[in-house]
Amino acid sequence: MTLTRHHGGIIILLSFAAAMILTIAPLPDSLRTLRPDWVALTLIFWCLALPYRISVGSGFVAGLLLDVLSGTLLGEHALSLSLIAYLCARLHQRIRVYPMWQQALTVMIFLILHQLLTLWIDSVIGRPMPSLGYWLPSLIGAAIWPFIYHLLTLLRVNFSVQ
Amino acid sequence: MTVDHRQHHLDSVRATLSVLVYPLQWLVDLPGTTGAWFRESLATRRDLQEQNASLRTQQLVLNTQLQKLEALEAENMRLRALLDSSFQVGKRPMLIAELLSVDMDPYRHQIEINKGSLDHLYEGQPLLDSQGIMGQLIHVGPFTATAMLITDPSHAIPVQINRTGLRTIALGTGSIDRLDLPHIPTNADVRVGDLLVTSGLGGRFPPGYPVAEVISVEQDPGNTFSTVEARPRANLDRSREVLLVWPPRLVSPVGTATPDTVPGATTEDPAAP
Repeated sequence: MTLTRHHGGIIILLSFAAAMILTIAPLPDSLRTLRPDWVALTLIFWCLALPYRISVGSGFVAGLLLDVLSGTLLGEHALSLSLIAYLCARLHQRIRVYPMWQQALTVMIFLILHQLLTLWIDSVIGRPMPSLGYWLPSLIGAAIWPFIYHLLTLLRVNFSVQ
Repeated sequence: MTVDHRQHHLDSVRATLSVLVYPLQWLVDLPGTTGAWFRESLATRRDLQEQNASLRTQQLVLNTQLQKLEALEAENMRLRALLDSSFQVGKRPMLIAELLSVDMDPYRHQIEINKGSLDHLYEGQPLLDSQGIMGQLIHVGPFTATAMLITDPSHAIPVQINRTGLRTIALGTGSIDRLDLPHIPTNADVRVGDLLVTSGLGGRFPPGYPVAEVISVEQDPGNTFSTVEARPRANLDRSREVLLVWPPRLVSPVGTATPDTVPGATTEDPAAP
């Protein structure tokens, strides 16, 4: 697909590690349920930026690690992150040219899809239905998407990741 | 996912992955640990002296209570031997582990501790703090282990009301300070303030440890079961050190307990120095 050599894999890894650290960093109880899904946001960015490098496989691995970190069923996050990665890689050409607000909306839909899938699996194994606040992380994630996009773009340009 | 939920073939995979993410957890835990270390090393001499004095007093009080307890235990064993009862006691090896200050899924009551299968922890092992039962281990990796608290909505623990001996099951509710006791008949004798202790049925939790205190009883004659709620005794959201308990090796019915040794674990020794 591309003849240029891959660069900056370490930056991608570090960004995922940072996202996972943010995911498990201790927060006060009132804020815990508001934490946006950092790993999903990072994954969406890299899928949009480098769909030929970061795609379903990376999403699956990141999801497995996330499952171990958060103590969920092994494969729960892996499945939903793979789905997001697939959609992003499939639609990346379209999403890239969207204006920022529209991109944020698309990201919100992806995040909600991710949460919906997790919720579905959780209810299949008989866990109780959480309150409506369960969906807030998706809204917050969409709200901070522009910042994440610019931050990671900066990283990508500075370290010429491709 | 089905395999993980129904059977336990994937435990080794999870254990391997947990080694992979351990650096991340260690990194997140680092600020808290260094903070505690600084507080400890910068404590003034007077603070330490005060703390020392108060601990000494506390130890004296506890030792006095322990003497009484020992006499009672001996008497109890003698009476049971007279009755030819097959009740068995043994010393339980214990190990102190520390919580890693990392957040897990906010809708599950789980904690991560800093000991793992290298310290001979096993899945299903009970977890205690100084006040009572906290939960049990659900995943064990080489360096870390994940425990489910008794308040998790998918957790149930067999308990017994200390005053009457009524056996029942306490279910987690998903809120950190409440347990549900749904299977108590309307005519059962339950009062507010009753202490719930582990009954030891099921063999997972050691019998006789405090679990929770009944905080509300609603007896509606129209219903078959009364609505009983309890508050866990353990400081589920505040403890930093937790105790891990191993089951005692079974001893002869006469009751001469053999001290068992798990490498790395300190044996709980009721004998006063």
